[in-house]
Amino acid sequence: MNGTIQAPTIEYALLAPMLLVFGAAIIGVLVEAFAPRDLRKSIQMPLTLLALLGGFVLTVLNGINGLPDAPAAMGAVAVDGPALFIWGIILVLALVSTLLINDEDQFVAQAAAVPGSPDEEEAILSGYAQTEVYPLLLFSVGGMLLFASANDLLAMFVGLEVMSLPLYLLCGLARHRRLLSQEASVKYFLLGAFSSAFFLYGTALIYGYAGSVDLKAISAVLTEVSGQETLLLVGLALLGVGLLFKIGAAPFQAWKPDVYQGAPTAVTALMASTVLVAAFGAVLRVFWVALGGLEWDWKPVMWGIAILTMIVGAILAITQTEIKRMLAYSSIAHAGFLLTGVVAIGAAEQNRQALSAILFYLAAYGFTTVGAFAVVTMVRDAGGEAGHLSRWAGLGKRAPVLAGIFAFFLLAFAGIPLTSGFFGKYAVFSAAVAGDALPLVIVGVVSSAIAAFFYVRVIVLMFFNEPAVDGPSIATPTVGTSAVVALAAAATVVLGVFPQPVLDLADQAASALFIR
Amino acid sequence: MTTHYLVLSALLFAIGAIGVLVRRNAIVVFMCVELMLNACNLAFVTFARQQGNLDGQIIAFFVMVVAAAEVVIGLAIIVMIFRTRRSASVDDANLLKY
Repeated sequence: MNGTIQAPTIEYALLAPMLLVFGAAIIGVLVEAFAPRDLRKSIQMPLTLLALLGGFVLTVLNGINGLPDAPAAMGAVAVDGPALFIWGIILVLALVSTLLINDEDQFVAQAAAVPGSPDEEEAILSGYAQTEVYPLLLFSVGGMLLFASANDLLAMFVGLEVMSLPLYLLCGLARHRRLLSQEASVKYFLLGAFSSAFFLYGTALIYGYAGSVDLKAISAVLTEVSGQETLLLVGLALLGVGLLFKIGAAPFQAWKPDVYQGAPTAVTALMASTVLVAAFGAVLRVFWVALGGLEWDWKPVMWGIAILTMIVGAILAITQTEIKRMLAYSSIAHAGFLLTGVVAIGAAEQNRQALSAILFYLAAYGFTTVGAFAVVTMVRDAGGEAGHLSRWAGLGKRAPVLAGIFAFFLLAFAGIPLTSGFFGKYAVFSAAVAGDALPLVIVGVVSSAIAAFFYVRVIVLMFFNEPAVDGPSIATPTVGTSAVVALAAAATVVLGVFPQPVLDLADQAASALFIR
Repeated sequence: MTTHYLVLSALLFAIGAIGVLVRRNAIVVFMCVELMLNACNLAFVTFARQQGNLDGQIIAFFVMVVAAAEVVIGLAIIVMIFRTRRSASVDDANLLKY
């Protein structure tokens, strides 16, 4: 307080993946402003791929160079083992989703043109394209990286918003069924903004209690008795609402099916895989690092939420007739399975096991999800994708390979042995058993069985029903889409048959837990 | 007495939250969200005073910037859906359900 301001120290090398992604996003915006329209896509696409690839390489280099023992950027960002693992997953999944987003005919020609108006027709005829999609994607991915590694609540809030705001826009850019897409965008935006206000008020109350938003400082204050527990507990609850909304846990799951259905499928693939990964990184940091000392206060509630999420996701998925909505409810159920791992906090050894299980689960689930949505983009009707499940009847006879791969993804979601889903579920549930959460595991297994019912129902529909006469056409996949499906299928097989290297990597990432 | 400011901020937050739940016009709903963010700002500044450090005041600036970015995105989305449907009521947007 003597009037001199000390310059902050920033560990640029540690933060390089994030800085690269944000830098490329800004260049992308400049490209939109200055490059001629017909050149934009051919600049944006390689730029995006290079940035994500470069980010991944830098993340791996960070991992090889050894982990720091203190947070970077004056305590704002913790680049620790779990953070690097999560960064790696997010960057690879975003890279894969970019290949899907690159496909023609998915995004509006001109978002400002009213659907069905002469303006829209003219924009389509002149071959316009909203190439802003690429920088928006990069901003969102950068936000995810920050969200998952933030070591104070302010950085986490900024990361949350930088992740979400571009996604709200991306949701509204579908070329076909634009009314649905715009509605999804409005719903996602209003509910998302509502939930981040809760997150922020929770942050304010916790700041009022602890006098700091730094996760380490908050956890240090918890041990001191101060007689203002109300402030802390209300803050904890509001913070939890904001975070659980992002992972789509019940009772905050209402947005997920609507948004997943309305958004362009390539964007859904990106959202469904990466947002969940980033949000679990943040949830673990808040509840384990900052509020781990309060575990007896939040654990019972988290139990209830995990049970509710698993059951709501599994049961409502049965009633769905739309393929993307069904996958959305399945994603809700998976968020519930992951929450059982979050509840398994306890002794350090137990935390390590639970953390590495969650990391492995996120990797396995992310790849399968991207693959499943990539298949959805290929089954088409006259007016876009054939969403209704009845249109998928007999797909196994018309396109056996595609239907076979999709069936395989569904089996992985169900957690059948020899798929990645099995080892993910096994690891999370055994961590939960070690964390004295046996009832949760029983509910988890039961809802897995319910979930298996509707996955198998789709498989039966595809293979044992007669195809409709005017059934959907199978789009000839572009190189990008085939690469995505092949990669996702390969990841699902490899993680299911030979999971040890990735399990080891997750163990190693979790070995030092979170740095504070 | 900083407590009064905290009570005011809690009131503003509650009014905003209730507004989001009961109002039907997307613009008004969005304004209620902004009211909630401003309630957060008031709480941050008050707590900064109570705690005797500047963190809360700095955070208030961050929140203002984030809220401004949110306005840009939110108005773009709401104007887009208004031009399509000639209505900004959140009840009219009912194609996605069940």
